[in-house]
Amino acid sequence: MSAADATGRTPRPVSIASFAQSQNVRRDDEHNEVEMLMPVIAEVFGNIGITKDDVDFICSGSSDYLIGGPFSFVMALDAVGVWPPRSESHVEMDGAWALYEAWVLLQEGEIDAALVYSFGRSSLGDLNEILTLQLDPYYVAPLWPDTVSLAALQARALIDSGKATEADFAAIAARSRKDALANPKAQVANDLPVERLLEDDYVVSPLRRHALPPITDGAAAIVLAAGDKARQWADKPVWITGFDHRMETHSLGARDLTSSPSTKKAADVAGLADGPIDVAEIHAPYAHQEIIIKAALGLDDKVAINPSGGPLAANPIMSAGLIRIGEAAARISSGQAKRAVAHATSGPCLQQNLVCVLEGE
Amino acid sequence: MAERCAVIGVGQTHHKSKREDVSIAGLVREAAKMALEDADLTWADIDAVVIGKAPDMFEGNMMPELYLAPALGAVGKPMFRVHTAGSVGGSTALVAAHLVKSGIHKRVLTVAYEKQSDSDAMWALSVPQPFAAPLLAGAGGYFAPHIRAYMRRSGAPEYIGRMVAVKDRKNAMRNPYAHLHLADIDMKMVEDSMMLWDPLRYLEACPSSDGAAAMVLSSEDAVSGHYPPAWIHGTAMRSEPTMFAGRDQINPQAGRDCSADVYAQAGITNPREQFDVAEVYVPFSWYEPMWLENLGFCELGDGWKLTESGATAFDGDIPWNASGGVLSSNPIGASGMLRFLEVAMQVRGQAGEHQVDGAKLALGQAYGGGSQFFSMWVVGSDKP
Amino acid sequence: MSDETTEDRGPVTTLATPIRLDFDFTPGIAQSKFLRGLERGKFMGQRCPTCGKVYVPSRGSCPTDGVPTTEDVELANVGTVTTYCVVNVPFAGQSIEIPYICAQVLLDGANLSFMGLIQEIPTDQIRMGMRVEAVWVEPDELTPSLASVRYFRPNGEPDADYETYKEYL
Ligand SMILES: [Zn+2]
Repeated sequence: MSAADATGRTPRPVSIASFAQSQNVRRDDEHNEVEMLMPVIAEVFGNIGITKDDVDFICSGSSDYLIGGPFSFVMALDAVGVWPPRSESHVEMDGAWALYEAWVLLQEGEIDAALVYSFGRSSLGDLNEILTLQLDPYYVAPLWPDTVSLAALQARALIDSGKATEADFAAIAARSRKDALANPKAQVANDLPVERLLEDDYVVSPLRRHALPPITDGAAAIVLAAGDKARQWADKPVWITGFDHRMETHSLGARDLTSSPSTKKAADVAGLADGPIDVAEIHAPYAHQEIIIKAALGLDDKVAINPSGGPLAANPIMSAGLIRIGEAAARISSGQAKRAVAHATSGPCLQQNLVCVLEGE
Repeated sequence: MAERCAVIGVGQTHHKSKREDVSIAGLVREAAKMALEDADLTWADIDAVVIGKAPDMFEGNMMPELYLAPALGAVGKPMFRVHTAGSVGGSTALVAAHLVKSGIHKRVLTVAYEKQSDSDAMWALSVPQPFAAPLLAGAGGYFAPHIRAYMRRSGAPEYIGRMVAVKDRKNAMRNPYAHLHLADIDMKMVEDSMMLWDPLRYLEACPSSDGAAAMVLSSEDAVSGHYPPAWIHGTAMRSEPTMFAGRDQINPQAGRDCSADVYAQAGITNPREQFDVAEVYVPFSWYEPMWLENLGFCELGDGWKLTESGATAFDGDIPWNASGGVLSSNPIGASGMLRFLEVAMQVRGQAGEHQVDGAKLALGQAYGGGSQFFSMWVVGSDKP
Repeated sequence: MSDETTEDRGPVTTLATPIRLDFDFTPGIAQSKFLRGLERGKFMGQRCPTCGKVYVPSRGSCPTDGVPTTEDVELANVGTVTTYCVVNVPFAGQSIEIPYICAQVLLDGANLSFMGLIQEIPTDQIRMGMRVEAVWVEPDELTPSLASVRYFRPNGEPDADYETYKEYL
């Protein structure tokens, strides 16, 4: 079913057995992190009629700097109830990487099921300033470049290279938010013509308001299954057939910001080109970044991109990548797609990228 | 189905209260280069990099793997960032081991660090939270009441803590990389040191260090390096909630379950007999007797007797923390990895002056949070 | 211009980058009940529907069962010191004069202790098992925050027997 990967190994089939996400909102000032996660975890188990006792491993993704205190993931564990003690781990990364860690453990063949979850509250502080702390602490962060301005640098480079126009950005935003009308979990959904969007003010030129992601609070969870459990928990499992992630250098001046070689490399290792793709869920927080990732993935115009509305409709940081995988799997489960790709990103201007290829039966 | 995995290279920095001579990138690179040289490899030979550290607030650098990628030769490769509180150095090594055991990669570089002097770790641990009383005063304030509870429960005499403090600092005199080199350390010196969090004195607590640790892990067909490999015989992680009714913070279930798991994988039925050496996360002196019991090296309540008998000393039958341990060097994020690394050095026979003669099988343990996150591995000179 | 070269001045070893970030925290539904209780001079906890344990403050879930805690429970103003330490180390943001007693207090009716400040007793006279009571601020100073509890102090009852609280250590 799946191709051998770079080391000549055939991956063990692992399925996305269940997916759940919270309502994505601008600010959830009613619930704390535990209260935000509990219903999501109840739903991800409830979907397939299992409990926490049915999973062998738990892995989560979150960021202390978003929550404003050290060890934010520790209390979040109370939403699961890790008693008796569980084999459990945490990445200070988007939940898509937590999913990768769980997938790695499942590859060894000693366990058959894992819970992965992530949560992010982008609303508690000034997100634009917080993300500045991701930059080189000696030479870049002290200048306090904000994350929108860095994205605008990338968008400018894209326009100057002749690869895209501002109207292309607006078209992506219009399509995303129109598709989001069909997504009850989406935060921003509307049906506005491109001409109307091009009347928006610039936030940072050349990025107008519509080309930016919303600020979102949200959480998501996935159950992975292998072996007999994958069959027990789904009539037609959605399989992960390729999975890889790659890093680029940090210095923006050393990168061609109009391309994404790390996405291309991850897609190659994941065997993306081994068959046709029907749906792509791309974690491109800024409209112009979709163009870069789409090109790196080698997708043609027949591929439906971000039918969920994507991160322009809801961008819960630390969960938005994991949600892409869940949404792509949902399209296969529903029969709308046979083969899909999900993408997640981390860092300024798409520095680190993950590609997950999914297939139905 | 899992592949065999071995440690084929180790590296660590000189740990100090302030490493003003290097940036964060320079610090991690120092350890990583040393591990590569030990493995007789170059950056190009590495398939993936796994990095771990404690809270980002310790240095004020969010998701630092992004900034550190080029310094660690990770450009174009998979790079992964782990954070599981104080156990992170251990769990980072375990994630790297799984990348090899699963057959996904042949050679993985794993690195952990803390540059505590770049920010105020005490502040980062005690960030004022609006719904909690501002009483904690760092990790010592959290753990001291549990130490008092252990003393009460076990009936241990109060000088046991001082014995551990002296033993580990004496061991550190044999380790050129250790932060604290207290040549004159003795019971009196510990007793005369300032009482910080009664019953914990200054010299019964770990220092605050800048430092990094690195290892190269490889699959069986990719073994290289200047010393024989340290084969991984077992790996395990366990977590339990921070606070719940009836929680035993002195002898946490997660620690007992974690050791039972890793012992079963490695065929350990009598840890005191079978292990030649152990490196265990002891940031405050009293955690040696507590973990001796938790890890099954003795009966419940007898941990302090083992310490008192000298069994855990460098010349005892089961030396604990021959390197000087966390009490002598504490670059928080790296402290757990140093435990895992030191036991690899022991079974590879490369520990120099703190080499335990004939060490063939060893336990590395790290814990974190409110004694709720545990990671462990067993390494040996023989193949599993 | 000075003749001094950059080499003469040695390496730059420190670079100060002030960082200030403000966060608006969200206590959540369960913790809000606790905070609203403090505003009325009462400790409010919640009971787990699965295991029956009472948590104060509840964060909204039972940490072992992972289910929402639903039943509100008003707790006593008195409790037992299960264990403690005496803090003698200064740190940034500290508002209490050292040395001070930082204790785990198990309120009567609760199944989990929480950290509290003990005053009105010399630091060398505190004991495990000591019975203590909360001292609140004046009624017109009560707010939905822990600042409503000034501290705990001995209430004169005989010490609790070790057996009654040893499972909470
Ligand atoms: Zn319960």
